[in-house]
Amino acid sequence: MAASSQKSTENPPTPDKLPVPAAPKPAAGAPPPKKEPEAPPFEKGLVEEIKKKFGESIKVIFVKPLRIKIQVEPRDIVEVATFLRDSMGFDHAESAGGTDYPKENQIEVIYHLGSYTREDLGAHILSLTARTSRDDARLPTLINVYKSVEYHERETFEMLGVYFEGHPRNERFLLPEDWADIPPLRKDFRIKGR
Amino acid sequence: MTSLEDKFEESKKLGLQIVRESEEDRLMTLSVGPQHPGSGHFRFTVKVDGDYIVYCDPDPGYVHRGEEKMCEYRNVIQNIPHLERPVIHDSSNITYSYSLAIEELAGIEVPRRGQYIRALASELNRQVYTLYWLAIYGIFLGHSTMFMWPTGDRELFIDLLEVLTGARVTHAFNIPGGVRNDIPDGFKERCLRQMRYFQKRLKEYEDIFYNMPLFRQRTEGVAVLSKEDAIKLGVAGSVVRASGVPYDIRKAEPYDIYNEIDFKVQYMKTGDCFARSYVPFLDMQESCHIIEQLLDKMPQSGEVRAKLQPNPKGPPGETYRRVESGRGALGYYIVSDGTPKPYRVKISVGSFRNMLALPYLLVGQKLADMPAVYWSLNYWPVEADR
Amino acid sequence: MKRELVSPTTFNVMVSKLSDILVKALDAPLGYAINWGRIWSLWPVHLETACCSVEFGAASGPRYDVERFGIIEAFGSLRQCDLIVVQGTVTRKMAPRLRMVYDQMPEPKYVIAMGACAITGGLYIDSYNVLPGVDGIVPVDVYVPGCPPRPETLIQGTMLLQEKIKRSKIK
Repeated sequence: MAASSQKSTENPPTPDKLPVPAAPKPAAGAPPPKKEPEAPPFEKGLVEEIKKKFGESIKVIFVKPLRIKIQVEPRDIVEVATFLRDSMGFDHAESAGGTDYPKENQIEVIYHLGSYTREDLGAHILSLTARTSRDDARLPTLINVYKSVEYHERETFEMLGVYFEGHPRNERFLLPEDWADIPPLRKDFRIKGR
Repeated sequence: MTSLEDKFEESKKLGLQIVRESEEDRLMTLSVGPQHPGSGHFRFTVKVDGDYIVYCDPDPGYVHRGEEKMCEYRNVIQNIPHLERPVIHDSSNITYSYSLAIEELAGIEVPRRGQYIRALASELNRQVYTLYWLAIYGIFLGHSTMFMWPTGDRELFIDLLEVLTGARVTHAFNIPGGVRNDIPDGFKERCLRQMRYFQKRLKEYEDIFYNMPLFRQRTEGVAVLSKEDAIKLGVAGSVVRASGVPYDIRKAEPYDIYNEIDFKVQYMKTGDCFARSYVPFLDMQESCHIIEQLLDKMPQSGEVRAKLQPNPKGPPGETYRRVESGRGALGYYIVSDGTPKPYRVKISVGSFRNMLALPYLLVGQKLADMPAVYWSLNYWPVEADR
Repeated sequence: MKRELVSPTTFNVMVSKLSDILVKALDAPLGYAINWGRIWSLWPVHLETACCSVEFGAASGPRYDVERFGIIEAFGSLRQCDLIVVQGTVTRKMAPRLRMVYDQMPEPKYVIAMGACAITGGLYIDSYNVLPGVDGIVPVDVYVPGCPPRPETLIQGTMLLQEKIKRSKIK
């Protein structure tokens, strides 16, 4: 009923007490409702497995078809990575990089993990991230878990200034030998003329 | 049995002056630098003990032009010309992945005919890249006919691409939303004729190069990369397929219309230098079949590009998309913050991952095997430096 | 009279006049011959600086055959080369090596700057690691524009260099 009177006290007030359109649809052109799309069941199963082992120290950022992103504390990252490699089948790290968020004063280092051995995980990428503060950026290295991140971590060190504890060579890799400036991928490094 | 020390004592009594060489004097450090017929724009240091390599240390960065930083200062369409320069002769693949990522972020739908043309350009580019790789492989091993034949055949493919896109190598053909223009008339017949010619030509390549006894001796059994090591080191593309892992992104995570195309993933199990040089050749044969199917199944008419706003942008978010290029999985990790310029673009290239296998494989080999091993890793220095 | 002819002063004058005539007679043909030899055997150093090297490789292929101009891909040492083609972007890391290679080449030597990045920095002019043009480090003889230049453009650039060599005088 479009506009029911407020005097009827036998029935509880109908949902469309206020003069709104019949169906609660948003107006055309307005942003879609804030309901998250349903997480696909297979990826949800993977996330449940991780949560069962680690519980509260994992924060799930998003679960989309074929892409999962989780965030961990810097001190737990080696343990989580070992679990992902041994029990879940993510056997290599496809790439590792970082992003600078100066507004939150943090640098986020992200590892994209993939699987060569498990057929059903061949298309999935699990992004394992950790955030560290911008002023003293340190993270434990994942080189003993995934050997493939050796050069990627070195590049992240020179481009963003993140020190990886335990990495044998935290030194410059792609930049020239006489580089005397701040790490280039930080947001306060401006390209000349822009 | 007398030990070495006793022999030295005896020799002193005879009045001979035998000088022992110390451990450090045995090793010699060589710099295979950027000016070298066997290295291209890449430098690596090797320490040799006589003829055997004991240590290798790559030193890239001679072509580091700061692509990732430059992406943050240009909007989404302006990024395409400079993003295709890392692999200038495979440019339709490196912009393909970028377009897929931007389309996912901004929510753009690509029409079907555009998807087919994109895949066609990508496959033609894969042939062009692999032929150039084969040409340089030939000249590294001293087989100059193998430099001339692929370079000549490559010109025929470049002619096709020039008719399609307008440029020889830097096409700027893929944009977020589709491709720039449609196929001209007569292209389909010309392309099919080229495929028939090229398949005959591939048999000739096999005769003069792969079945040559010297080539087999130089590459069979050399620098074996086992399956577990390949997975642990995280190498990509033809290197991992030559070690027994049948992983191809076109089959594992089909993008665009690759789930409608029927092809096999080519892989070999031995993991030595010969397997790594043979897998791209098998890929080229498979690519010919894919191109014929694409031309067959393409919708006859339709739009080739979605209409875009002047400054395309999407809601804040991030995405990671990848494409199988000539060297392996080429992935883009793009973070957007709602403005037309991307906040962070990270390019994950196959060459950078394959570089890790170089020090691992070269240790223990003879110095003369170095060009064969180095180039078989399908490493393009300009792309690894971005 | 004979004594006058063979006296020291007149002898010196006669010898110097003869040598003048000899040099003037042989200067043009000898210079032409030496220049002719230099033009038709320019050997480039195998130094690939960046992405234009792909078009240089295509120029050596069978379609744009650059070997008919005498430019062989000289795989010997760089002590026997006389042409350096700066192919593409020169980064700050590569610049000292480029200068070292240029210094080691014997005289006479020529430089071709190939591609927009070698001329002014090109597309990458605002990058943090790229030199804006290579003529700050090595003296350039011919600029070949394009991004990348077609192989025909590179051959035209080589022919311009040949014209320049033809006009130069031998010291």
